Amino acid sequence: MINRKRNNDKPHVLLPINLRTKTLLIIGLSVLVIASILVSSLFVGSIETNFVNANQLPSFEHLFGTDWMGRDMFSRTVAGLGLSLTVGFIASILSTCVSIFLGLFSSFNRIADEIVASIIDLFGSIPHILLIILVSIMFGGGTIGVIMGIGLTHWTPLARVLRSQVKEIKTEQYISLAENLGRSKVWIAMKHIFPLIISQIIVGVILMFPHAIMHEAAITFLGFGLPPHDPAIGVILSESMNYLSSGYWWLAFYPGLSLLIIVLLFDLIGENVEKLLNPETAQE
Amino acid sequence: MNKKTLLKFFGYKLVRFIILMLAVAIFSFILLDLSPINPVTVYLKGAAVSPAQRAILEQYFGVGVPLPTKIYHWLCDLAQGNLGTSLIYRVPVIDVIWDKFSASIVLMALSWIFSGILGFGLGVLAGKNKGSWIDKAIKVYCYIIQSAPSFWVGMLILMIFAVYLGWFPIGFGVPIGVKSTDATFMEWASRLVLPTLTLSLVGLAPIAMYTRNELVQVLSSDYILFARSRGESGWDLIKNHGIRNILLPAVTLQFLSFSELFGGAVLVEQVFSYPGIGQTAVAAGLQSDVPLLLGIVLFSAVFVFVGNLLADLSYYIIDPRIKESEFND
Repeated sequence: MINRKRNNDKPHVLLPINLRTKTLLIIGLSVLVIASILVSSLFVGSIETNFVNANQLPSFEHLFGTDWMGRDMFSRTVAGLGLSLTVGFIASILSTCVSIFLGLFSSFNRIADEIVASIIDLFGSIPHILLIILVSIMFGGGTIGVIMGIGLTHWTPLARVLRSQVKEIKTEQYISLAENLGRSKVWIAMKHIFPLIISQIIVGVILMFPHAIMHEAAITFLGFGLPPHDPAIGVILSESMNYLSSGYWWLAFYPGLSLLIIVLLFDLIGENVEKLLNPETAQE
Repeated sequence: MNKKTLLKFFGYKLVRFIILMLAVAIFSFILLDLSPINPVTVYLKGAAVSPAQRAILEQYFGVGVPLPTKIYHWLCDLAQGNLGTSLIYRVPVIDVIWDKFSASIVLMALSWIFSGILGFGLGVLAGKNKGSWIDKAIKVYCYIIQSAPSFWVGMLILMIFAVYLGWFPIGFGVPIGVKSTDATFMEWASRLVLPTLTLSLVGLAPIAMYTRNELVQVLSSDYILFARSRGESGWDLIKNHGIRNILLPAVTLQFLSFSELFGGAVLVEQVFSYPGIGQTAVAAGLQSDVPLLLGIVLFSAVFVFVGNLLADLSYYIIDPRIKESEFND
């Protein structure tokens, strides 16, 4: 959104590139940042405790400061972000599968469409965070509970988009032609409808990601799921709550800020991918 | 609007409400029943009991009863307004919810009003000055706050106002050692300020962005061009032609945000240790207090439904065009 406005009117002086190259560049850079965080989180390993360095302010040695056990907060944050990204990734795939299934299922007939609509309504009628809590309890809590809780509740917006898209496609003539030729509902859904909603799905998945990550942080902050020694961002933040009154602001500030940046990067990727897939929206 | 359409509207909504509540009740019950958590173990909290006593408790909690029977009993109790007894508080669930919700409703109502007014105001300001630095600043703010976890924003506010500046107490609805009913008005109020501030700052972003975009669209319309050609300009133009056109959808949008408001309250109450319904929901979830959690889920569904109903009603009541079209029928 911020970048979109800037380069429509005049060619950029410093970087004489067109909108398409710039879009690709933004996507590439954002993916690179996220991938590097994910890869480096794999190499963090166990973070050494050193009580001599406990509760230090951010410095060049410890970029994000240290906590009460003298652990380097930067390493913990990177590890936590890696964990959040992984959980978000699995959860997004789950949610996408659910929404694709429901979207295609709604194409079968009126009753199927009504069923899908009422399931979407049902999920929309309970506040999202309570729904995640319910589902994660159903799976017995723990890491599995968090993944399932987030994965099985984030499909509603995408399913709603797909359902309306499917409704539109179903009015096309080639669909009724295929029906008259005796093709099965499944065949039509797979061959005629699915290929047309792929671009929606891709954008939907990328825009789902930041929500999943934020909810993962929220739900672990509340104390559900991941065990306290795992360096998930939510766990780090809820731990830092105990040290707020002592004035150790860096324990909460930097991990939260990193999460914010990751979410912004995903939004940026989503918007730019949408520009590439639906070029008519790019000139707005 | 005549009486008949109003009755029809409410009749339709009532039927929908009953179906939805049934669906939510059954759905959430099944979810929690599938959970591997054993209610007897939770109830006992590790206390040692003889197998005989355990068997009595298992019978009381209905361990081993088939699911359809359990759902039937749960719905029968629900129809009589009996939500069961909370395992944590050991009092009827309905009392706990009532007690906690009355604390939360103040917080949520205040945040709802502030975020609505502030969001609308900022949206109009940004839309009127489209492309200026004010517009850009408001847009960047909304963009960032929508991507920030609300509990983290709460923590930042807590750090700035309670720890660094020391203007407000840290956490707890009332001072330690004072019963919540004995707390003075000022003690309550001072603990309300920061959670309300957080929820308002977070909640204003969607409404501000929406108002801005709508106003920008309205300002590029033909009737604005006509109004300008007649010599109208400045705030009068915005007031007479802009705000009148965008206020209704903005109000509707704000009513539709009840679900996010509730979710935000859950997180913010946790940060500020505010003894409301959100904190109770988290405690119920963490300590597997199934009756209380079910009660809160049902209650929150009612809350969200009321928001949606008010949004629909606002269309019926406020918009003169809809009224007129019905009179002409």
